Formats: sequence, C-alpha cells, structure tokens
Amino acid sequence: MRPVQHSTLYKRPIIVLIFLACLAPASILLALNMGSVPINIADWLQIFDAADQSRPLDMILQLRLPRTLSAFITGGLLALAGVLMQVLLRNPLADPYILGISGGAAVAALLAMLAGLSGYGLTGSAFLGALLSMFLVFSIAHGQGAWTPTRLLLTGVVIAAGWGAIISFILSISPARNLHSMLFWLMGDLSYSPSPTAGAVILLLALVGSGYYAKSLNILARSELTAESLGIAVGHLRIKIYLLASIITASAVTTAGSIAFVGLITPHLLRLSGVHDHRFLIPAAVLLGGVILVLADAVARTWLAPQQLPVGVITALIGVPLFLYLMHKSAHNL
Amino acid sequence: MSALLEIRHLKVQIAQQTICTDLNIAVQPGQCWAVLGVNGAGKTTLLHTLAGLRPAQSGEILIQQRPLTAYSRRELAQQLGMLFQEIQDPFPSTVLETTLMGRHPYTKSWQWETAEDYRIASEALTHVGMHHLTERQINTLSGGERQRLAVATLLTQTPRLFLLDEPTNHLDLQYQHLILKLFNQYAEAHGCAVVMILHDINLAATYCDQAVLLFRDKEPECGPSEELLTEPHLSELYSYQIRKIAGPDNRSIFVAL
Repeated sequence: MRPVQHSTLYKRPIIVLIFLACLAPASILLALNMGSVPINIADWLQIFDAADQSRPLDMILQLRLPRTLSAFITGGLLALAGVLMQVLLRNPLADPYILGISGGAAVAALLAMLAGLSGYGLTGSAFLGALLSMFLVFSIAHGQGAWTPTRLLLTGVVIAAGWGAIISFILSISPARNLHSMLFWLMGDLSYSPSPTAGAVILLLALVGSGYYAKSLNILARSELTAESLGIAVGHLRIKIYLLASIITASAVTTAGSIAFVGLITPHLLRLSGVHDHRFLIPAAVLLGGVILVLADAVARTWLAPQQLPVGVITALIGVPLFLYLMHKSAHNL
Repeated sequence: MSALLEIRHLKVQIAQQTICTDLNIAVQPGQCWAVLGVNGAGKTTLLHTLAGLRPAQSGEILIQQRPLTAYSRRELAQQLGMLFQEIQDPFPSTVLETTLMGRHPYTKSWQWETAEDYRIASEALTHVGMHHLTERQINTLSGGERQRLAVATLLTQTPRLFLLDEPTNHLDLQYQHLILKLFNQYAEAHGCAVVMILHDINLAATYCDQAVLLFRDKEPECGPSEELLTEPHLSELYSYQIRKIAGPDNRSIFVAL
C-alpha cells in the first residue's frame, strides 16, 4: 500500500496560494505606477526623505492608492461571493449577481441618481436596494419550507429579470445628462468608490466567516444528502451562506456597481489550477479576485486616457479569452 | 447484546402512499439486513427515515438505545453512515480529497485532517481497490469506480450502522461480491450492522441473514432470510413467478421464470 501524505494533497494549493500572496502586492504596485503621471524609482524613494517637502508622489498616492485598494477589496469580495454562490446553488454557472442582488442595488442607485443624490446618498441607497432584493428572494424562496437550490435559483433569476425590466424602464425615461453616469454604474466602475476602509472590514469579517464553514462547504458542494449524513445541519448552513454571500455582494456592488465576470471566473480559474478544497479556495479566490480587478482597473484608467472606461468592460474583455483558454487546456478538470 | 438500531411501531408515509404503519425491527451488531421490494415500494424512503433525513409519521427509532431525534447531526454521523443512490459531482475534486470527507464528523471547523485520518482513508481506498487512483479527478472515474469511491468514503466515516441504498449499483460481478463481502466482514470484525437495499435476491440470500420485504399494498414482513426468502413470499413480493433451485455447494439459487 502506498502511504498517502498531507504533502501530496496540499502541495498544489499551497504553491498557488503563495504565488497569489506575492502577486497581490506586485499588482498593487504596478497599478500605482500606471497613469497619466508615471512614477519612477526616484519618486518612490522620496517617501523616505522626510526633508523633501515638495512630494508630487503624495498627490498621486492620494488619488491612485484608495482607488487601487478599493479595486482589490471589491475584486476579493466578488470572488468570495462567487465561491459561496456556486456552492450554495451547487451550480458552476452561478455568480454573485445571479440571485438579483445587483439588480436591486442598481434600481435603487439609478433612482438615487435621478433624485440627484451622490456620494454617501448614492452608495447608501444602493446598499439598501441590495438588502431589499436579498430579503425578497429569501422570503419568497423560503415560502413553503422547501428551500432547494433549484427553487432559490429560479426565484433569484426571476426577480433579477424583474429588476432588469425596471432598470430598462428607468434608463428609457431618464434625461440624457444622467445616462452616462448611469451606464457606467451599471457596467461597473470604481471612480465613484468611497473610502476602502468599510469594504476592508467587511472583507476581513467575510473571510473569517466563510473560513469557519470552509470544510462543510467542501461537502455541501457535492450533495445535500451526503452533507446531511456526514453531520452537517444543511438547512441552517445554507441560510447562513446565503446571508453571507448576499451581504458580501451587496458591499461589492455598493462600492463599484455590477462588475461582470470576476465572481464567475475567479473560482473556476482556481479550480482549474487544482485548488478544490475550500480551505484554500476561499483565501485564494480573495487574492486572485483582487489581483484581477486591480489590473483591470489600471487598464480601464489608462488604456484610452484621458477617456476612462468602465472596469466591467475590461474584466469581461480579459476574462472571456483567459477563461476559454484555460478550460480548453484542461478539459478534464471541469 | 443491545441492538444498534431499534424500530418501534414505525409509521412512514410519502405523498399519499403508506410504506408501513407498525414496523418493529431490532438490528443487532454483526447482523446484515436486506431490504427487498418492487420499484416505488418505499425502500429508499424507509432508509432515509432511518438515517434521520426525513421525519417518520409516528413511532420510535432508537440508535444504540437513544432516540434518533435526540442526536445532533454530528453525533449521529459518528454512529450512522449512509450510501446514496445517485452520486453527483458538480465541482472538481480528487479521489483522496473525496474520501477524506468521510472524516468530517470527527474534525472541527478550523482543524485539519490528522495522520490517523489519512491512514483510515487510504485503508478504505485499499479495501475497495482504489489505492492507485488517489490523485485522480473524480469526474474521470467510471460509474463503478465512483460507486467504490462512495463506499470508501463511507468506510472512512467509520459508523457503527451502515445504511446502503443499492450498494451494487454500477458494479461488475467481481466487485458486487467483493463489496458485499467487505461489509459482511467489516460488520463482524467491528461489531457493526448493515441494512441494505438490494434488487438481486441471490446476493441478499448470500450476504444477508435478515430481510425486510416491502410490499406495495400490505404491511412489510421481516425476519430471518431463510424463512422469508421462499418461492411464495418472493413471487408475491415481485408479482412475478420465482423458483428456488438447488445450486452447487448446498446453496439455492433463485430464478425468475
């Protein structure tokens, strides 16, 4: 009998995790360097020079740093929500927006824009809209007691379609001067994002929360009956995962609108690279999601500068070919 | 010796169908029970009820003298394990990762599997002849290999009571006997008990000392296999003529005419 050891099972996920842990700060540094005013090494060294009062770097860091951190946190939140939604619905096609949370947030945000709100008024109403949609889906799907993934999925998809119709309605009656900012919000855009502190706190709490259930998620991903017979109170776990995933999605959408694709492909990219265990998949998804969005946002800022693009366009443009290539390469892993 | 599983006055219904109204069974350590019946007689529903996956209409189920409902899911998973009929795997995973899931009832949330967990898992994989496939992706396995993997995961769970829903599904002739023999020997060696749904009367007669016959329109019958597995009983059970003929080594063989 060939002895089985920890090392053989965890080697790959650990390598992936270490790689991502190095990639994350590297991508943030790269993004800070990208922009209309390039930063050279002399500028960076200036940080340590207390005597120098001019500091052109300060201004750049004050503009680029919060936005880059927001991008990282939003990407991490979206990828984490994607992992949770895919397990909750036991469906590889699930993404954070599939249950209509972003739709609810979008309707509320567009209405707020129509009313002339901006800043905290806008983010606040987007968050409330997301929570409203979350409770709507939850109570309708919960209705008769049977809370199956199919029932939840159908309820969510139908409510999302409803929000979609309302979004189109608002867009068609809105005055032209509002349309540009509305479209940017709908496609996902980080330029209005508030300070990254709140998002960082939520991301950390969400990481600890989902880390606590990571081992159970491995089993829930396979089958509900198996999970139940292996000692998991499936009903309670699914409600907790739903609430957790919804709140994570709500905070991501509130920060940056509905950014496509990060939540869907990040978990799959990691599964394709051999990370299956949620105890590795969850932290790895947060790192990779963050990296993807940081880079995508840097491209969105600089590609057609001074024209800024919605970051959602870039994530889809990069994400689609990358995902198809990886899936083609490893046909047996998915 | 006290019963591992005791069923008292059990009434089980699904949709409008009544499966039993007053079922009384005591499963002793070392025993192997067969559950036989036609499609839709309620075999799986009965097993799910015994596993605590759905409520019974009335009556009592005792696991080691303690009511099933008094167990937490986790405690129950340490006593009772179930093999399910359909096996899904929407997400990729390897054979070893899947087998180790059997240790879930024994590890806490932030805990990693111990060397002992690995030993139990690789022993189980060896038992089902899959130790050379530990690194394989589960979606590249054949139907029979998946079934054996499910058996290995269940053995890794090390429960005292095994509930098996058609354990011979997808298995070739050799593995049908190998797996049933494995459960027989395991039950005897560790003082465990097995209750399994089977469709093959000859397998039931060979490996199970006790039987439950689930009829569609009348109360189930239960008792020792040699009393229940007779031509009239089985012909009535399956509404099909079944003959018992003498086989080699003093064994009887059941043949459907």
